[in-house]
Amino acid sequence: MTLDYLLDAANWSLTSPDGFPQRILEHLGYTFLALVIAAVIAFPIGLLIGHTGRGALVAINLGNAGRALPTLGVLMLALALVGIGLVPVTFALVVLAIPPILATTYAGIQSVADETVDAARGVGMTEAQIAWRVEVPIAMPIIIGGLRNASLQVVSTATIAAYAGLGGLGRYLFDGLATLQYDKVVAGAIVLAVLAVAIDLALAGAQRLLVSPGVDGRGAGNRPTTARPAGRPAGAG
Amino acid sequence: MIEFEGVTKRYPDGTVAVEDLSLKVETGQITVFVGPSGCGKTTALRMINRMIEPTSGRILIDGDDVTSRPEALLRRDIGYVIQAAGLFPHRTVLDNVATVPVLQGVSRREARASARGLLERVGLPANLGERYPAQLSGGQQQRVGVARALAADPPVLLMDEPFSAVDPVVRDDLQQELLRLQGELGKTIVLVTHDIDEAIRLGDKVAVFANGARLAQYAPPADLLAAPADDFVSSLVGRDRGFRGLSFTDGSQVALKPVDHTVDGLTLEVDRDGRPLGWRGPDGLLPTEGTFGDGANLRTVTDLVILSPAGAAVRVDAEGRADGLVLLEDLAGSVRSQQRERLAALATPEEAG
Repeated sequence: MTLDYLLDAANWSLTSPDGFPQRILEHLGYTFLALVIAAVIAFPIGLLIGHTGRGALVAINLGNAGRALPTLGVLMLALALVGIGLVPVTFALVVLAIPPILATTYAGIQSVADETVDAARGVGMTEAQIAWRVEVPIAMPIIIGGLRNASLQVVSTATIAAYAGLGGLGRYLFDGLATLQYDKVVAGAIVLAVLAVAIDLALAGAQRLLVSPGVDGRGAGNRPTTARPAGRPAGAG
Repeated sequence: MIEFEGVTKRYPDGTVAVEDLSLKVETGQITVFVGPSGCGKTTALRMINRMIEPTSGRILIDGDDVTSRPEALLRRDIGYVIQAAGLFPHRTVLDNVATVPVLQGVSRREARASARGLLERVGLPANLGERYPAQLSGGQQQRVGVARALAADPPVLLMDEPFSAVDPVVRDDLQQELLRLQGELGKTIVLVTHDIDEAIRLGDKVAVFANGARLAQYAPPADLLAAPADDFVSSLVGRDRGFRGLSFTDGSQVALKPVDHTVDGLTLEVDRDGRPLGWRGPDGLLPTEGTFGDGANLRTVTDLVILSPAGAAVRVDAEGRADGLVLLEDLAGSVRSQQRERLAALATPEEAG
């Protein structure tokens, strides 16, 4: 039965080095590390380009080029250059994660209405204050969307860590295929899929907490039907 | 006082938005920049708070060159209201209003508390404070925009087409509200509009900009209507300028006839307390079509004269008792002599200079 491996309690032991808990933690580690590095690189660049409107063309083309790169190919190249280990894996995943984060940060910042930015500048915000207090909060749903996109790609691609001699859920896929243990492959794939969905849900939750109700439409209810302010009789004033 | 001294704005592509503009904006008054789109009025306004930097020339606020301070600090001392309000969608109404005080270092709590008071001041119920801009109507958003501009109590207020994105009824409300607020606050307001009627209604002084960034006329609205400087101004001011100009003249200047004066066979009938009932004549009792009291302008009086069956407007005192009649011939004489005085006054400095 193909689900045997998945349902075997021994494989869920917390202490087993080849158990699911251990592999899930490793997998999350690779994913998290790559996402953080990618965000640290891509977010400021996207913010700068979106705010100034300069360098957009370069960024978009670089982003598209990055998307076209086969991650496995990048990994091979990195392996050839620095040898086996965490560095080449992380490098390949970071290359994968940068384009969606960069593109959505840029697009989100750029989508902020001109008059809103004009008003922010006009009331005396500095450029940094405009970026951090106005543009980023308004662009937040789009930025988090890019992060969710990147996290989905990275979490599924992090299986290549096993290819480079590391752990993670990729171990079940590579080892299972090598030894023709298909229930192991199926188990790895299912856990991976569940993990991907869980991460996406967590980020969706974060989105609800981080995004102002005024921006994502939650604050759009109760719109008054008349233009005249309530509590002020018609014809007064 | 805001002074433009030979201010020019030329863009790198050669377009001249404003050319050699020299102009003084009086403290505590509403000065309106009006003109067709592309005439440079908005550019002129935005150079005051350095949203646009002039190519040459200086702008002084109370004698200080605006470039003598960092832009952001300058702008926090100048209220700024733009078309469609430009509210921050991610912030509640209260936090929008509290923006500038918070930037200036006032605690958020304190700033919110005074923001609540400001909402009422601009005619909004305080419970709107917790809402987001998307939950407000266009007129309400614009009021919040005005409240935000007033929050740090700046002496100068810049308003760029503030009421052009709302429907005419709401616009009328907002204009009235601005005049009421200005009566309380006495700010130095510069307002840009393409609507000459708005300019005439709101402005203590109106600067008419012609195409090519030329200042065609800078005068109180009454003078603009009575004596447009050139064809451009007169076409902008439009029809009925004579009649519309009457609204700037005090109606109590016209000579009164006693209430019992008979006009063309009609006499005013009053009740026991002296309140007008109508005009008694061969056709019975005809309506007065309204009365006017203290503070009415000449346009109102003229309108009543036209509507009255006797060609006479009825003046009433505070209790509503008739206390005088304005007859068509007295009105005509008054209008004639006032227009003559005005034209003479405007012509004299030209001849002398």
